[in-house]
Amino acid sequence: MSAFMSLIARDLRLAWREGGAISTALGFYLVVVAILPLGLGPDLNLLARIAPGILWVALLLAALLSVDRIFHNDHEDGTLEIIALGPLPLELVAAAKATAHWISIGIPLTLAAPILALLLNLPAEAFWVLVLTMATGTPAISFLGALGAALTLGLGRGGLLLALLILPLYTPVLIFGVAAMNAVITGPSPFLSSYLILCAITLATVVLAPIAAAAALRLNLN
Amino acid sequence: MKLTIQDLRCIRGGRVVFDALSFAMKSGSGVELSGPNGSGKSSLLRMLAGFIPAAAGRIHLEGGDDEASLGEQCHYVGHLNGVKRALSVQENLAFWAEYLGGGDIESALAAFDLESLSHIPAGLLSAGQARRLGLARLALVNRPVWLLDEPSVSLDTGSRKLLSTAISTHINAGGMVIAATHAPLGVKFSHTLKLDAGGQS
Repeated sequence: MSAFMSLIARDLRLAWREGGAISTALGFYLVVVAILPLGLGPDLNLLARIAPGILWVALLLAALLSVDRIFHNDHEDGTLEIIALGPLPLELVAAAKATAHWISIGIPLTLAAPILALLLNLPAEAFWVLVLTMATGTPAISFLGALGAALTLGLGRGGLLLALLILPLYTPVLIFGVAAMNAVITGPSPFLSSYLILCAITLATVVLAPIAAAAALRLNLN
Repeated sequence: MKLTIQDLRCIRGGRVVFDALSFAMKSGSGVELSGPNGSGKSSLLRMLAGFIPAAAGRIHLEGGDDEASLGEQCHYVGHLNGVKRALSVQENLAFWAEYLGGGDIESALAAFDLESLSHIPAGLLSAGQARRLGLARLALVNRPVWLLDEPSVSLDTGSRKLLSTAISTHINAGGMVIAATHAPLGVKFSHTLKLDAGGQS
């Protein structure tokens, strides 16, 4: 367990020191959400109606920017080989690195979402659902991202391929995250049914994605 | 402790790199791998570390920790140093000590003459200094088998001496060292294993 925690702690420290990933993701999130109303016009009712979708899609894209870094740097400087010879199985290594990504990227994006929601005239009663669904959905985004990052590890410029691989896998998170928010804003479908499915998706991803990511990592160490 | 390798075959990209490779070594001994480029020295070391699956044959460490895989009882030093540029020398070693399990950071710094650099970010180190930091892992965490792939690359004469001292100390303390190298390391290895480009030893 201490090896698991030390890996998370190191990744968080590196994310903080290098700084680029967090600010890029937050900046990108802000820019995407800020320019969409300029394109759509100042119809407040329209903005309020599509706000959940915009906030979620922009969050996915912003998270995607930093996902390829999950394994890339460690692979490039040889750290991954040494980590592989450590006491942790690669499955837990992948889980630790995805958790560190969630803490360093997923949580800041979740916390930024309510501020950006003001720009989109999101109804006040939906703010808590926004934070709740994003806090629930972002672990799935990081863990699926780790899977994509592991698969595209050896491919120099894997960024675009990574987006093609991973964005389709993000659709269930997107659909049920937005559905849970719409249930509160417009009804009539119950909030809980969508939200519980979102929880289930996240739990399944957190368990299964590290196994697949570890298999991909083994191939890449070969 | 005894490391036995039996009829090992390595296939890379459809080509047989080596075949029917067998040798055994006891604790307190060292093997020097020699051979031209492409003869499979690195592949053999990576296979021992568990990165490449063996196409045939068997690798067995007798008398080691039965719970742990061979890789977990090995130090692998490859072409890359595994050094994080954003962390200081001290922090790099502190992470390895914590992750790989224990070790005295101060003595590892001393073994590779890094004490005066301990608070410098690893990104500012020269190639040779970064190499020494990569090698300091050997002294930091105690593992019986050392797999060294060209460990003396970019080291100056003084640092080579530190490396050969570390290797000799490890062998004398009952460890095993398998090193692939073109430049002599200044260590008396008990065996030399010659790999030919054709694939026989």
